Amino acid sequence: MRPIFTVVDSQILVITPQPYPVPTDELLLHGAGLCCIRQDRVLFEQLDFRVHAGELVQIAGKNGAGKSSLLRILAALVAPDDGSLYYRQQPLTAVASDYAANLCYIGHQSGIHEQLTALENLSFWRSASGIAKADDFALLAELGLAGLEDIPCRMLSAGQQRRVSLARLWFTRRQLWILDEPFTALDQTAIAMLQQHFAEHLQQGGAIVLTTHQNLSMAFTRQTTLELAYRW
Amino acid sequence: MVALSTFVQRELRLLARQKADWLNPVLFFVIVLSLFPLGVGPEPNLLRLMAPGIVWIAALLSVLLAAERLFKDDYRNGVVEQLVAARQPLLSFVLAKLFTNWLSTGLPLVLLSPLVALLLSINSAEFVAMLLTLLLGTPLLSLLSVMGAALTVSADKGGILLALLILPLYIPLLIFASSAMEAAAMGLPYHGQLAIMLAMLLFAMALIPLAVISALKLNVS
Repeated sequence: MRPIFTVVDSQILVITPQPYPVPTDELLLHGAGLCCIRQDRVLFEQLDFRVHAGELVQIAGKNGAGKSSLLRILAALVAPDDGSLYYRQQPLTAVASDYAANLCYIGHQSGIHEQLTALENLSFWRSASGIAKADDFALLAELGLAGLEDIPCRMLSAGQQRRVSLARLWFTRRQLWILDEPFTALDQTAIAMLQQHFAEHLQQGGAIVLTTHQNLSMAFTRQTTLELAYRW
Repeated sequence: MVALSTFVQRELRLLARQKADWLNPVLFFVIVLSLFPLGVGPEPNLLRLMAPGIVWIAALLSVLLAAERLFKDDYRNGVVEQLVAARQPLLSFVLAKLFTNWLSTGLPLVLLSPLVALLLSINSAEFVAMLLTLLLGTPLLSLLSVMGAALTVSADKGGILLALLILPLYIPLLIFASSAMEAAAMGLPYHGQLAIMLAMLLFAMALIPLAVISALKLNVS
């Protein structure tokens, strides 16, 4: 664990920003014997799933293999058809609010309203996650959206909308990120930038679960790939 | 409570951008009421006699008209899903929807009631009764229609389903509201009807937000 307080010059107390105190390697999320059935088809069964702090888990598999279904189960949106989930060793049903408060889920849909501007969407998600106002202009500029802050998102391209949606990851203090196809529609620069941001998050003890069809171009210190087979 | 004001602000902004969503139901209300004197003839006594029923049926239908699209956009773009995953902000989201729905569809009806009184040649005692029933009744209409919208959000053509689901729940309100206006027209006290309407409103206020949250969760899973 990083120190919360550091004494500098023996007099001045510097409080280092520490979003979430985590011992690294802690088992954050554990799914035991997960099973998911859709339209009489068993997508997966007896699936054991572990996510540790500082770990990136990539879920791969063909279309229809059940990647998004698994993510929705992990985000506690849908109950698994069998098996159970544990958050920090406790049954998820008992600590559901704690879990939700430490989770940032961005699904297949972007979560941005097309009639609102990038700035409005961003500040909405900022305060919906209970985070104080900050300089959203700077953040949007950093994400390559300078000059597009004030036009409705329906005027933006798919990739730009994705960037607005993912901008949340730059201010969220949630430890566990569950992202469904975050790289969709993004260009190479944005993908590299996003992966760089992932690395920083992992370094601070965060954890990421994501689905993607492309191979991650960056090597993360702790990375696991889970391949879901398409089953008939 | 996660920043209720944020959600209200967002809804108000959306209302300002999508004016047709709330202007259409209000216009519908005015059009129906102004067509009645033309249709049944401008006989003042006849219009006065029918006023309670006309006003309330027009109000019910106009609120129903506004209900269908209430959660549609936020469901399609994933906001509902992500708020359900985050759990905590969901109540604020629902309360903001309820409040702004009343603000955009219920309140205009209350504000238009002087015009209605003119169109249907209602006297001042009946006008007061109409104003009171609209003030008590429109929030209840909003509550019920938000619940219906939440239940039918994932249905592709939810409009008919919504009407079938919600109109029966409107009926007690219709009965007591028009009965209060009729009593006022006859110079009788109508506290009883108002008290029952208030009771229904309080009951709905306590339980419907929870029902809406459950309905949204159900539709996301």
